[in-house]
Amino acid sequence: MSEIKIQNGSATLLGIAASPGIVIGTSYLFSKKIPRIDKTQIFKKDVDQEIIRFDVAIEHSKHELEKILNIASNHVNQQELKIFEAQILILQDVVLLNGIKKRIKDELTNSESVVETEFTKYQNIMLGAKDEYLRERAHEVDDIKNRIVRNIQQEKLTSRFEKNVIVVSDSLTAGDTILFSRNNILGFITDGGGITSHSSLIARSLQLPAVVGLKEITKIINNGDTIIVDGYDGIVIVRPTDDLIKKYNQEKLRHFEFEDKLKTLRDQPAETLDKHKVILSSNIEFIDEVPVILKQGSQGIGLYRSEGVLISKYSIPTEEEQFIEYDKLAALIAPQKIVIRTFDVGGDKIFFDDIHEENPFLGWRGIRISLDMIDMFKNQLRAILRASSRKNVEIMFPMVSGFEEIIAAKKILSEVKQEFKNKNIQFDENIKIGTVIEVPSAALLAGDLARELDFLSIGTNDLLQFVLAVDRNNEKVSKLFNKFNPGLLRLISQVISQTKLQNKKIAMCGEMAGDPLATILLIGLGLEEFSVIPDILPEIKKIIRSITLAHAKKVAEHALSLLTSIEIQNYLKEELKRIIPDIPLSQ
Amino acid sequence: MIEKKVVIKNKTGLHTRPAATLVKFAAKFNSEFFIMKDGMEINGKSIIGVMTLAAEQGASLHLRFDGKDEKLMSKAIVDLFNRGLDDV
Repeated sequence: MSEIKIQNGSATLLGIAASPGIVIGTSYLFSKKIPRIDKTQIFKKDVDQEIIRFDVAIEHSKHELEKILNIASNHVNQQELKIFEAQILILQDVVLLNGIKKRIKDELTNSESVVETEFTKYQNIMLGAKDEYLRERAHEVDDIKNRIVRNIQQEKLTSRFEKNVIVVSDSLTAGDTILFSRNNILGFITDGGGITSHSSLIARSLQLPAVVGLKEITKIINNGDTIIVDGYDGIVIVRPTDDLIKKYNQEKLRHFEFEDKLKTLRDQPAETLDKHKVILSSNIEFIDEVPVILKQGSQGIGLYRSEGVLISKYSIPTEEEQFIEYDKLAALIAPQKIVIRTFDVGGDKIFFDDIHEENPFLGWRGIRISLDMIDMFKNQLRAILRASSRKNVEIMFPMVSGFEEIIAAKKILSEVKQEFKNKNIQFDENIKIGTVIEVPSAALLAGDLARELDFLSIGTNDLLQFVLAVDRNNEKVSKLFNKFNPGLLRLISQVISQTKLQNKKIAMCGEMAGDPLATILLIGLGLEEFSVIPDILPEIKKIIRSITLAHAKKVAEHALSLLTSIEIQNYLKEELKRIIPDIPLSQ
Repeated sequence: MIEKKVVIKNKTGLHTRPAATLVKFAAKFNSEFFIMKDGMEINGKSIIGVMTLAAEQGASLHLRFDGKDEKLMSKAIVDLFNRGLDDV
């Protein structure tokens, strides 16, 4: 995918356009690999700060371990639990901690290197012991050392960010991306990653230009290089000439003008020329995104990824903490609705580096975790119900694969409702509930699930990778990851019609809902709500307002008769170009 | 300064849990507390230190207390060892 062209000292690279926008700025290389622990001297005036960072890192490490002990105890074997317990005890070792702090102060040395040498000292004693039990303990000491160092470096990372840089990295997590946006980063580019990777999704909703899949960009760029990132076409230019900078500044202006034009659509309804109305809502993860979606004329939040509250915390937030977040959101968006999707993360997100699965996409995630960890699930439902008194909150369960999960989740919800009634706590008794349709088995049961629920919302990203058996982040097979796969489209068509037969609402919250190429097709298939990333909303609305339902139905019918992704894609492209000739289509 | 000698009575020796009991108990006193075994000396208020001793059942330890409450502390700690570090 990545091509390099070098001319007049500047290099042009082609990657994958992950988030639109053009930025010109200075590069900042961000390494995800655990760096070597170097011993560096610190200034006397920085000692207090260094010790505070160390203390915070100890606290964070403790929180991580306590979380595992409290919550994961049923899912981690006894042997592992003991290891975590011993680690917590070590973190409370005042003699050890004070010794480290004293050395930081006396030797004016960075905390990581003192931690490294202090722990290694004990580790070596243990490794040299005759007793096997003791040699085993050396691993615990190693674990805790790495945990502390990771947390110290995490602390330092946040403070090291300079504003207004473009981050260059081998790969990024969603958490990294949020951290960037909070530090006023201009944009980011990475070696790996695909258009649907989580960090790309978040970059788009935070309107942070990004290009990914650049393969070796981290080897070409030096810290402090001037770079141009073109998130529309997936182009990165390293050390550009003045002419190129001028050209891209003009390009930037042109895009601003086009976007301004789209914004005039904000107050117009999302309806076809023959007055068929649909709902156009947004997918968000963080409260910071609400002003953006209101500006774009979104009809509420069709998908709020509640795991946003997890990423920013070291422990699972309490009911009260969650309530505050959900209530703020519900108040901000009222009278429009917010659909809160219960936690949709894998074990790795809740327990950081402490739970590893061979195949996390097919593993312990979403409703599966919630139903296994009833206390956590109930706390989240309580927080959601408490935020529902404005009657604009809805609940959605992720990763449902069968009927029994819906029944179990509903039962738990009704228990919490009863508890609220007994305690006279205000909430919306008729709170609407639904599920994400993203597992093929659930898609095939859509009609029966719909009977038990108020709405279904199709999550196309996971559904696509499960239906096609393609890992969207595996570059070797990512060309097969095509949302216009005829098999997938037929399944989606079936889900929509089965849900409507039950007189229940049908929405889509996956990437496909925000793909301009799919809009006519989805209207034709009878989709009632499009929940999209805020950025694309005006464009989708423009398409909806340019077509008739009758025509869209014909387009859908023809598209479903085609047998290859390419034919379908080309056909839809033709149709769209015919209706809106000046639409800027990527690819 | 007071020095004492004790023998580990509990089955599991000075492993994680009993070590934690000892350290937590020692923290209640102000005096300095060191444990010596096989030529190694560690701070008795440090869990990681006590863990490195790998003291098994039957091992004998030299204890040293130094500070204002050394008398009270040495008696209490020796009692704790004699009770098998309350390890059940």
